[in-house]
Amino acid sequence: MTTPLSAYLTLALILFCIGLYGALTKRNTVIVLICIELMLNAANINFVAFSKYGLIPSIHGQVFSLFTITIAAAEAAVGLAILIAIYQNRKSVHIDDYQSMKH
Amino acid sequence: MMQWAWFIPVFPLISFILILLIGNRIKEKSAYLAILLSFLSVILSFFVLLERAEKTTYQVETIWFSIGNIDITAGYSITALNSLIILIVSLISFLVHIYSMGYMKGHQRFSTFYGYLGLFTFSMLALVMTTNLLQLYVFWELVGLGSFLLIGFYFEKEAAKKAAKKAFIMTRIGDVGLFIAMILLFWQVESFRYEDIFQAVESGSISSGLVTAIAILIFIGAMGKSGQFPLHTWLPDAMEGPTPVSALIHAATMVAAGVYLVASLYPVFLASEVALMVVAIIGGFTAIFAASIALVQKDIKRILAYSTVSQLGYMMLGLGAFGYVAAIFHLTTHAFFKALLFLAAGSVIHAVGTQNIENMGGLKEKMRFTMILFLIGALSLSGVPLFSGFFSKEAILIATLESGHGVLLSLALITTFLTSFYMFRLFFLVFSGNMRGETKAVHESPKNMVWPMAILAVLSILVGYIDRPFSFNEWLLMDIHFNQHHSDHAIWIMILSIVLSLFGIALAYMMYHPNGMMKRDWLSLQVPFFYNILVNKYYVDEFYEKTVIKVTKMSGIVLHWFDRFIIEGVMNGVASFTQFIGRQGAKLQNGQTQMYSTIAFFGLAIFMIIYAVIGGGW
Repeated sequence: MTTPLSAYLTLALILFCIGLYGALTKRNTVIVLICIELMLNAANINFVAFSKYGLIPSIHGQVFSLFTITIAAAEAAVGLAILIAIYQNRKSVHIDDYQSMKH
Repeated sequence: MMQWAWFIPVFPLISFILILLIGNRIKEKSAYLAILLSFLSVILSFFVLLERAEKTTYQVETIWFSIGNIDITAGYSITALNSLIILIVSLISFLVHIYSMGYMKGHQRFSTFYGYLGLFTFSMLALVMTTNLLQLYVFWELVGLGSFLLIGFYFEKEAAKKAAKKAFIMTRIGDVGLFIAMILLFWQVESFRYEDIFQAVESGSISSGLVTAIAILIFIGAMGKSGQFPLHTWLPDAMEGPTPVSALIHAATMVAAGVYLVASLYPVFLASEVALMVVAIIGGFTAIFAASIALVQKDIKRILAYSTVSQLGYMMLGLGAFGYVAAIFHLTTHAFFKALLFLAAGSVIHAVGTQNIENMGGLKEKMRFTMILFLIGALSLSGVPLFSGFFSKEAILIATLESGHGVLLSLALITTFLTSFYMFRLFFLVFSGNMRGETKAVHESPKNMVWPMAILAVLSILVGYIDRPFSFNEWLLMDIHFNQHHSDHAIWIMILSIVLSLFGIALAYMMYHPNGMMKRDWLSLQVPFFYNILVNKYYVDEFYEKTVIKVTKMSGIVLHWFDRFIIEGVMNGVASFTQFIGRQGAKLQNGQTQMYSTIAFFGLAIFMIIYAVIGGGW
């Protein structure tokens, strides 16, 4: 019994929403970075689902998802580098402490 | 010459402006400048009067501004009444200018004083020359301003400040009446010009009830400026100003503005019997009321002030009794002898240093000139034959008799007696007997103070005979048409008033002269209650303090509360609401990444919703 396309999309949606919620609400910066990764992975699921069950099934979706995984990895590296730099400056990963842009 | 008549008020205006600009530099010399310009005014007004005596009214008007399709004009006219009063005003102003050189000598703000005199003279002359009510109101208020500045001239004294405020506010109250009358007239006639108003009133196009109301309101305006009861209390207090000011303003000119107003708008009054009755009654009542207060006052200037109020009452009585010519005649003679009396009083005050007659006496030897001149003024005021006051007072009494006001006539006759009594009480207490105060070096006043008095004294005698060579009666009545009751002059009135005047003088002699047989206080000891009421001026001031002033202060407090809590409350509310919104907005910028990301996300969501609702594509 094949799972319909909408199920994959719903799964991706739910994952995305959880990731978004976490990115906007979590106090620990590392968790925020993890949630951003989660959002990217949700997009990946979308790509793969459309590559099999989309309008014109082809391999393009999966190839593109390889790209996004790579980019996600690079971006996570950069994000962690920034985090470590800020941590060495402020000795805290609590995101509420990063408010020097306040008026 | 009459086409240059508009220069007459302009000369004092130039005096005012010049002194305003350079007065501080030329200090004492500003007197000469002012006197010169004032003299030019006198000469011009004299020629204008001569010319007007032969020709008819001269009038010039231009359009001032327009409202819709109604044009409001401005201009001046020289009628018989005007030309006479212009000469009186400019002449007395000129004499006061000269007198002030001696009286105000050495005062720190000498040039400012002359500036104010110029301003006042300008306003008064322009007031008298106007052709329409709106222009009149402008100058009416300006005159009030000049009076305020001059009364409060010694502003270091608290009493002077209060007196100036009182004068201004009280005359303002009268002015409200005049203003309402103006509005009513404009509403009915659609014009402010005198001719249009007279035409409308005479043709009966205004309902008679309305005409009566208008006339009474105009009279209220006159009451304010001329100090009739109940708006009289400012005049005695106005004596806080320098004496030349009292002579100019409160004897001769500003207080005559009220009489002038009624006289120049006489056709309005003629159309309403009730209004004339009101004028006569208030005038007659004021005359005896003020005279009774003057009987017991101790300040030389206050006696003269109440005397002015009383004589103005006579003038109003005359106007109310169809005695138009009598009232104007009395206005003329009163201007001269009252100004003389005030200047003489100033001379006395200048020499002795006090205004309390209890501390004077025996000035007869040391101030011969002043005494003689004061005597001439006093005789004229008391209505002794040969002096001008007699003729004009006669005229008013005859007019009152002829119009049938029996009660008012008896009041007027009693007032004649009281007038001569209080006047000679003043004279004997100041000049006869021995000096009761500190005997410092009392000497006669300088020439520049004596000469103006002398001129006024001569006029006080001569002006009475003006009816013989020039038929004053017909000339003045050229512009007004009404039925004059001309019956035979009842000789008994003349004799009665002479007897009363002389009796008053005799009684004053017996009571106040050192040779007199009676004690000073024989009457006041018998009726101390009545005496006290008179000394306290019938407690009118106290009554006003408890009623009108209290009510005004209360309403002031209420309005202050309203202003502070409600109006400012609304203002503060608007301000704090704006701040509230600002603060809420500031919460969006707390420098935290997650807040900004939230906002970005919501913005994106809104875009997508709009995209979906519109159906894709914009």
